[in-house]
Amino acid sequence: MLTIKNLKASVEDKEILRGLNLDVKAGEVHAIMGPNGSGKSTLGNVLSGKEGYDDLDGEVEFLGEDLFELAAEDRAKKGLFLGFQYPVEIPGVPMVNFLKASVNEHRKFKGLEPLSASEFLKLMREKKEMLHLDSQLTNRSVNEGFSGGEKKKNEIFQMAMLEPKLAILDETDSGLDIDALKIVADGVNALKNPERSTIVITHYQRLLEYIVPDFVHVLYQGQIVKSGGKELALELEEKGYDWIKKETV
Amino acid sequence: MEEQDKILHEVTSQEYKYGFTTDLEMDTIPKGLNEDVIRMISAKKEEPEFMLQFRLDAYRKWLKMPMPEWAYLKIPPIDFQDIIYYAAPKKKAEYESLDEVDPELLETFNKLGIPLEEQKVLAGVAVDAVIDSVSVKTTFKETLAEKGIIFCSFSEAVQEHPDLVKKYIGMAVPVADNFFAALNSAVFSDGSFCFIPKGVKCPMELSTYFRINAAGTGQFERTLIIAEDESYVSYLEGCTAPMRDENQLHAAVVEIIALDRAEVKYSTVQNWYPGDKQGKGGVYNFVTKRGICRGESSKISWTQVETGSAITWKYPSCILMGDNSVGEFNSVAVTNNFQQADTGTKMIHIGKNTKSTIISKGISAGKSDNSYRGLVKVLPGAVNSRNFSQCDSLLLGSTCGAHTFPYVEVGNKSSIVEHEATTSKIGEDQIFYCNQRGISTEDAIGMIVNGYAKEVLNKLPMEFAVEAQKLLQISLEGSVG
Amino acid sequence: MTQLIAKDIALNERYTSLFYENKEALEKGSSPILNRMREIAIKRFEKDGIPGFKNENYKYTNLQPIFEKKYQHIFEYKRVEVDLNDVFRCDVPQLDTYVVLLVNGWYYARNRELTELPDGVVVGGLQQVANEHPELVQDYLNRQAALSDDPMVALNTAFAKDGFFMFVPDNVHLEKPIQVINLMRAEESIFATQRNLLVAGKNSQFKVVFCDHTLTQGEFLSNNVTEVFVERDAVVDLYTVQNQNNQANSVNASFFKQEENSNLLTSTATLHGGLIRNNVKITLDGEYSHADVYGMSFTDKKQHVDNYTNIEHAKANCTSNQVYKNVLDEDSVGAFAGRIHVVRDAQKTAAFQRNNNVLLTDSAKMNTKPQLIIDADDVKCSHGATIGQIDEEALFYIRTRGINEADARLMLMNAFAHEVIQEIRVEPLRDRIDELVDKRLRGELARCHSCDMN
Repeated sequence: MLTIKNLKASVEDKEILRGLNLDVKAGEVHAIMGPNGSGKSTLGNVLSGKEGYDDLDGEVEFLGEDLFELAAEDRAKKGLFLGFQYPVEIPGVPMVNFLKASVNEHRKFKGLEPLSASEFLKLMREKKEMLHLDSQLTNRSVNEGFSGGEKKKNEIFQMAMLEPKLAILDETDSGLDIDALKIVADGVNALKNPERSTIVITHYQRLLEYIVPDFVHVLYQGQIVKSGGKELALELEEKGYDWIKKETV
Repeated sequence: MEEQDKILHEVTSQEYKYGFTTDLEMDTIPKGLNEDVIRMISAKKEEPEFMLQFRLDAYRKWLKMPMPEWAYLKIPPIDFQDIIYYAAPKKKAEYESLDEVDPELLETFNKLGIPLEEQKVLAGVAVDAVIDSVSVKTTFKETLAEKGIIFCSFSEAVQEHPDLVKKYIGMAVPVADNFFAALNSAVFSDGSFCFIPKGVKCPMELSTYFRINAAGTGQFERTLIIAEDESYVSYLEGCTAPMRDENQLHAAVVEIIALDRAEVKYSTVQNWYPGDKQGKGGVYNFVTKRGICRGESSKISWTQVETGSAITWKYPSCILMGDNSVGEFNSVAVTNNFQQADTGTKMIHIGKNTKSTIISKGISAGKSDNSYRGLVKVLPGAVNSRNFSQCDSLLLGSTCGAHTFPYVEVGNKSSIVEHEATTSKIGEDQIFYCNQRGISTEDAIGMIVNGYAKEVLNKLPMEFAVEAQKLLQISLEGSVG
Repeated sequence: MTQLIAKDIALNERYTSLFYENKEALEKGSSPILNRMREIAIKRFEKDGIPGFKNENYKYTNLQPIFEKKYQHIFEYKRVEVDLNDVFRCDVPQLDTYVVLLVNGWYYARNRELTELPDGVVVGGLQQVANEHPELVQDYLNRQAALSDDPMVALNTAFAKDGFFMFVPDNVHLEKPIQVINLMRAEESIFATQRNLLVAGKNSQFKVVFCDHTLTQGEFLSNNVTEVFVERDAVVDLYTVQNQNNQANSVNASFFKQEENSNLLTSTATLHGGLIRNNVKITLDGEYSHADVYGMSFTDKKQHVDNYTNIEHAKANCTSNQVYKNVLDEDSVGAFAGRIHVVRDAQKTAAFQRNNNVLLTDSAKMNTKPQLIIDADDVKCSHGATIGQIDEEALFYIRTRGINEADARLMLMNAFAHEVIQEIRVEPLRDRIDELVDKRLRGELARCHSCDMN
């Protein structure tokens, strides 16, 4: 599904990603862990097409296509979803309108008719129920005035609506209390199927108790320095990142 | 980055779709302005003596006034002798039935989406259609008359209700108020008149639709709205003009008088021809709009969506005379290409416990300049008064300008005035967020701009809000809408 | 241009003929660097004249009445018969400064010599330095002021002979602040024209405190201009404390030009005085430069204080922050006009401005005119202005804790002012101004002990 070879990226002469390799197959759940500043968020941003990164280099293939050739919205429509660490507020734009535009763009891409208002509302209702979401959220402007937890739940809700092939969840667990964390994890698990892959970017092992990864990778100084199964996450939780740092040095 | 600039460029270059002209048989007078021309206009309209005197008084004062230069605008010199001050469709100014209306004219309004056949009119909107400053048709007149509401062309009001006109004309905008108001007072040809008697809530939206058609003409219409005690009316104004290479002058005056506990809502969607992408042609929109809250607890609110005109010079204002009276100003102003706008409001607090709110949203694109200019003045006697102003500017692209010039003057200790203004570019992170959900940059900009302007669009009557939203999109997008 | 009426013309002629009649006296003893601009400047002054209400930049301050009064003009330094070093002694505790005295706009001849100044630092009178070290003056004097279209700046340039001069060479950090005491002292009404020039070389640092005082009662009119050049990487603090008698009127124009990565803090506290107009023009002319601009005033009786700022973001990546606060009592009038101008391509600008005012009586009046002129798109700019009174809810809250109303009010007004005071980077000065403000708010004369004779 996703193959990353020797990915490099920098910001203002500072190298953030320094030759990262990763291979994600359909149906797999990968966790990427690492200390602050190791390049975790940059990875999500670069994959989803955010501008402002210099010296992009390497190869990224997504569903058989060169990802770098695609604009951000085209990557999205092909099925790449980024759950933002800090979802931006868009004042005055109702969540419903935003999401309807988004869902219909995805449908148009797949050659499907746009959903009518009632069909769309029905779909929204189903997904909300599935995720046990408060229905008020969709009446407000995109992320405006949402609490940290609401913003994260809103990201998962959008993911459920758009049914991506590959979801990258950037620190979706940060700032969540245990209940919100469960809702987020349940959502991710409910959407799991053999066709869909997930990359969970996280700082803590906590989320991985609920979303069980097939692989755990440690990102450090812009490279994956260690990979393993879910037990690696536990080891990290116990020992911290220092031993990895030492090993790398 | 370059990609985004390219899209921004595409998004911000659109064509004006109301730029067609109509071939109508016109009754025009020769170019130029002098006392004889004014007498001729007055005679053509068979006006009573007081109107002629009003015009001549205004003209004599106008001669001594200089063009205002304080606005943040570059106004090319205007030759006031090179303008035709009176142009009207040749047939008589008011029609008994639609059968008499020139079919070309009907077609014009149909093209503009303003059907004059009453059965086709959007439910609940009465329309006064003004072409080249002359009212051609007022719908629903009889229905309104049953309630005692007078809604007719200004010329008709001068004939039928001279006492009302005499009493109120010039009350909010004195003849020598400013250069353009004086010019209008001297030469105005027609416009709308509206009178809501005591205790009457007007059952439908009243609407005037203005169109400049003839070449070389100026449009000088005048609107007078009087709301007696405890009355209510919501008034809408729309406007378009053909695409012409020369600039056309539009100098209108709107006066509103609100008596005790009366409320008037005045909404404008201004879409005069803005000129082409090189800045050629377009309407000079120099308008004086002012309302007086004469009565206690009266309320006047101005809502405007300004997308058109080459140059806009316009400050719809409220004079809050009555105790507890309320003034509101809500504005969205979009400038693109070489457009210039200097627009805002004045809130003059005279009565006790008066309140005013100003919300201004400016959006600049292309090589345009967009300025907010506003005055909030609290006189010493206006104790316990309040004002809140929020003026935001959004910049699309690096070649446009956004400027804010508020003036705040407070003369007593019990009043509170707050002004806030921000200027920023459209959020790249917002666009990226939309992109990540599969929405194109073009659509994202449209969405974000509409969201940004929402607070003001929400104040418009429903039918208008939809039109305004579309207009915003057209002003900034390719062919969408 | 404003249209001049006969009365204005007569007033302006008074000052232009005063110039031509005394041209010789003005030029005598002055360096050609000063003299070469005089005639150009008086012609420029003639064009607009003394600003009245019709001048948009002086919309809220009519200078004509104070310029119509009769003053004595002094065209050469007058010996002072007493030793001002004895008359004046600043008693601010722990305020360890180099003290420089000026009297009626002239550098005091018997200033004590400043020993311990680092090598290359020059502190002195403008007239003397311009004559003895023209190379320190010629590249700077008028390089900002001549670009101004303010007729009062032109009038200063035409008449100025002396003032405060300071030069700090590259890489020199002056730890101890320089305290410039401007004393007004005369038996009769005096018109003063003071011209200051301050230059901070590359990577240098200094702090200057200007204290404006009057030693005698009586009317004064000062028309002052200060030019400050802040070179690359330099850090400059400039504080002004205005504490004069209520018949001392002044127009003060300050120009600051900042080069790359420089840092400027300027703060003005207006406590006592008559009609005071402060113009601050800052040009951020090098990338990554930053300016903090603060001001506050406490006025009563018929005082009139007008602060006018113009921050020009001429280069990309600069930041500026302005906060002005005014408390107006009795019949005083305040005005604030602040302009932020971001020129085309000055991208990544962040510019903020705030003006908060409290009116204590119904006869006090405040006018504010913040302005944003933005010609670049990648910017964050905002301004906010409020005119109102002390927050009644906060007042009530404090009273419910057992504090009487008068003290509660004082507490809130001190807090209101403190936001500006806390930005002062010289601790003893900060404490002193805090104390002066507190006294001022209590209605006591906020005198600096020996150096103030209100």
